[in-house]
This record gives sequence, C-alpha cells and structure tokens, in this order.
Amino acid sequence: MPFGRRKELPSHLWTQCPDCGEMLFNKQLARNMNVCPKCEHHFKIGARERIEMLVDKGSFEERDPLLAPGDPLGFTDTKGYPQRIEAARAKSGEQEAVITGSARIGGTPVELGVMDFEFIGGSMGSVVGEKLVRAAERALAERNPLVIVSASGGARMQEGTLALMQMAKVVAATARLGDAGIPYVSVLTDPTTGGVLASYGSLGDLVLAEPKALIGFSGARVTDQTIGERLPAGFQRAEFVRDHGFVDQVVPRSQLRDRIAFFVSALRPTAGEVRWSL
Amino acid sequence: MRDPIGTIRSGATALGLRRAAEDNGDLPADGLLIVDVSGISGRVSAWDAVKLARDLKRPHALDLIERVFDRFQELHGDRSFRDDPAVVGGIAHLDGHPVVVVGQQKGGSTEENIQRNFGMPHPEGYRKAIRLYRLAERFHLPLVTLIDTPGAYPGPEAEERGQAEAIAKSIETLTRLRTPVVAVVLGEGGSGGALALGVADVVLALENAIYSVISPEGCAAILWRSGTEAERAAKALKLAGPDLLALGIVDGLVPEPRGGAQNDHDATARSVKAAVVAQLDRLSPVPVTELLAGRYERFRRIGVFVEPETAPAAPRRTWWKRVLGR
Ligand SMILES: [Zn+2]
Repeated sequence: MPFGRRKELPSHLWTQCPDCGEMLFNKQLARNMNVCPKCEHHFKIGARERIEMLVDKGSFEERDPLLAPGDPLGFTDTKGYPQRIEAARAKSGEQEAVITGSARIGGTPVELGVMDFEFIGGSMGSVVGEKLVRAAERALAERNPLVIVSASGGARMQEGTLALMQMAKVVAATARLGDAGIPYVSVLTDPTTGGVLASYGSLGDLVLAEPKALIGFSGARVTDQTIGERLPAGFQRAEFVRDHGFVDQVVPRSQLRDRIAFFVSALRPTAGEVRWSL
Repeated sequence: MRDPIGTIRSGATALGLRRAAEDNGDLPADGLLIVDVSGISGRVSAWDAVKLARDLKRPHALDLIERVFDRFQELHGDRSFRDDPAVVGGIAHLDGHPVVVVGQQKGGSTEENIQRNFGMPHPEGYRKAIRLYRLAERFHLPLVTLIDTPGAYPGPEAEERGQAEAIAKSIETLTRLRTPVVAVVLGEGGSGGALALGVADVVLALENAIYSVISPEGCAAILWRSGTEAERAAKALKLAGPDLLALGIVDGLVPEPRGGAQNDHDATARSVKAAVVAQLDRLSPVPVTELLAGRYERFRRIGVFVEPETAPAAPRRTWWKRVLGR
C-alpha cells in the first residue's frame, strides 16, 4: 500500500501494481504521483498528497483543522464510535475525513475541500458536512471558486440520520454558489459512492473524474449481489459514468492540476456582465 | 458541542408548535404535533417501529392522498424517459387550496409492490418529482411531499441513468425552491432516496415512521457482518420517531391512531391533514426570501461536533516526500 502512512519497512521499497502486476520502485511511483508508469493504474492517494499535487506551492492555508465529531447516538458496533475515530486518526494521520482550506490553483484563489478515504472510508458525518459548508460559505463570501475532491463510501453510519442530513446541508450551500455565479468544480476519485455522489459529488458546474475511479450510487457490492454477472464491462468506472453523461471529463492525475487551473480561470465569477477579456 | 435536544426545543418554539395530547388514542383534530420526546408515553422498540413502518397494511401515499386531498389529478412522466410508478404526484386541493403533492408509492400487496417496484424509485422517478417541484414553484403553489421508500433502486439500469445525479438534483432543487414545502415521512425514510423528497421548511413524520441513513439489515451486514443483527442495528441507528425528534431531524411527529396507522387509514389521514394544513397556514404568508433563509438554516444547524481551541499539530508529511527524502 504505497499510500499507507505506516512506517516504511525496507521491504516496502517495492510495490506491486494491482492492475498489471509490475513490481514498481516506491521512488519511481512517488515521482509519478502514484500512477503506475506501465499501465497508468491510479493508486489511491491521501488528502495531503492530493492537496500538495493540486495547489500552487505554499499557497494552502488549512481551515477548521481540529473540528471533531461528537458521539450523538452513543453508537457501538464491534467498537465504540469514539474508539473508531481514534483508530482512524492513528491509521490516517488526519483528524477527519475531509481537509479544507484556502489556496491558489494556477494563480486563481480557490476554496478547497479534499476527502481522505483512509479515514473510515472517507465517510461523511457532521464534521465533513460542517467543514464543507464553511468552505462553500467562504467561497460565497470571497467570491472564489469552490473545488471539492471526493473519495468516499458515503454517509457515516455511526452518526445515523444526522449523517444523512449532511447531504442536504452541503448541497444547500453549494446551490447558493450557483445562484451567485460562483463556479464549483467537483472531482471524483476512487472510490466515490453513496451519499457523497448522491449529493455534492454530482452537482459541480463541472464534474471531473480520475481514470477508472469507482463511481456509483450503490456500492458495487450491493449491485453485484442483486444481479451478479449481468453487470456490463467497466460498470461504475469513471469512463462508464462519463459515457452515460454524468461526468464531464476523465482526467489523468498528471493533468488534473492544469485542467482545474484552466477551468477556474475561465469560469471566474463575474458580477453579471458578459466576460469578453482574460 | 451542539446540544441536539436544545436545537429542537428552540426549533419547536420558532415553529409555534404545541405538545400533543399524551394519549395518542385520542387524536387531536387541530393539527397538534408531538414536539417533545417526553410527551410520548409507552414508545415502541426500534425494531417494532421498523416493522410498523413497513407494515403492508399501513396507509401508503395514494391511500392518504385520496383521503387528505380533494380533486387529486395525477400527472405522469419525467418528460424524458418514462413514468416511474414508484413516484406519484399531481395537483390537488388541500382544504380548498390548490397544491402540488409528490410521494413515493409502495404497494399494499405483493402484486402491487412488484408494479410499484416496492416504492424504490428509478432516476426518472426523481426527475418526475423535480418537474413537479418546478411546477409548484412556477405557479406559487405550496408543495407537499410524502416519503415512503426502502431506498432508491440500486440496479444497473438505475446506475446507467444516473441515480446519484437524480437524487442530488432533487435535493438541490428543493433547497432553493421558491414556494413553501412541507415533507411528511409516512413509513420508511430510506436513506438518500428518501431525502430526495425531504428537504422542506417543515419536516414531519408519522409517529411510527422511521428515517435512516441505511437499512438496519444493510448496517448489520457491514458493521456486524451479519444480517441477523438487524434488530441491534435498528436500535443503534436511532431511526424511530422520538429519536428523530430529539436529534432535530424532524420538527414534529404526527400522532397515529391507537396501535398504529395500519388500524385506521381515515383517522391517520385526518391527523396528517390537520398537521399539514396548520403548517401551510403558518408558512404561506412568509415572504419567499425569508422562507429560503429559514430552510437553509434548518439544515445548516444539523450536526454534532466539537471545536477545540488548541493549536493544530503540524500536518502529516506526505508519502512521496518521505519516499523521496524531501
Ligand atoms: Zn500497472
């Protein structure tokens, strides 16, 4: 797991590509943004890596870094929710499943939210909802574009219906941007499913996706169980979703930063007059 | 930390709602709602609520539409693909006022359930709903939504036609819809597929309805790796009426007849009608900008989190910096 944050052992000098089976030097992978140089397999990356790769160097200013979940339901399955949060922090090195902040991309100031799949599957609870709403509200106040990079299995079960409501809470905030003519770019990475896709993930003025990312409403597991082998080839992959009309572009990781930079500069907010200049 | 109980108490005051009679056997005729958890005597277990909410004999959307509204004219189709039988909607009179009503439709029998796809909408069902929301907005008619679904249909055709996008767009449309919206959870409020009809100025639930982020069976399968733990999952998910009220998910519970809504469709309909009419009486004079601001705030304040004052630790060093020794 090249994207893991565990202490590297000497044996971790190599990583095997799950797609083509090639043994890859970790250094080689790191220089290539964790994309297999042989088959273009896009390894999952953490939110910090994503931010480093997308923003102008030194421009990222994190917001609300310590916002932490409560335990409103007193939820316990095989583990209590607070213990699960602690374990997720230790595993991911992050406080929650989204990192938000202000940054520049290709010189354009943006508000940015990036989800981290290593934190309880990038699940959306009250903290993810609140941080993203604050990011959207800053975008509205500053008239800066909003960019959200998703990687999530959906709403966080341990917060019950409160987690479900975060879908409406975030969408209400991104919808205000649309009314105000402020662009919102949604980037879907592997995997983006469930409540995140069924809310702000699908609602960008532009929706971009990384190659072969799993993108679907129902987890592939559910759909798989329901109909088994009848699934079409490439089902719920980024290219499939693009071909069915729900993603604007599939963008390789190496081009993602420049592509977002182009879009946020072309779609700069205006006060209503037609833009006919750079 | 936000206190969810405090949130709903203040919310309830703002709504001008009053506490219902303690004995739910005598249904109040004046639109009174249960807005205080302590007003509920002898609440049923979470699992019993799940069973009641799914009872085949429970009044479903059309059972209530026919009793609550007059002159209902059903409108079909999403104008793009087909008519989804799991979503019904149209124009009707409510207490003499024209309104638009949209609901999810389950069947009262296996046969009818197959025809209605067990109340699980396809994307075109949500797109029909959106079309009807827009109709209400354009002609300044109040919108009433009736929620009752195990969830949006998870099949491959639904994925191909953009199930997630349809739900997202339905939620988005409601957040900014320039007309009063009242939502009522009738039975099962199953996840995002239910929320697509659930963004409203006032969200009510029938006393024995449930509203959940995932089905208890699905939750049990993932967290306990066993479908037989559904009863435990139902309890943990806090999906029953009184929990939803305490958490601020719903603004009030609509009292059901003794033993549950399945026992008396007419009495349930009277109760729903009184509640919805009372809310629309209150909402209809509110200027639309205030309405939208209130709707935004209603959802904006949902969530429980803490905000420590301490200084954050230095961010984790990225993987590639460590590998490359930078
Ligand atoms: Zn490869």
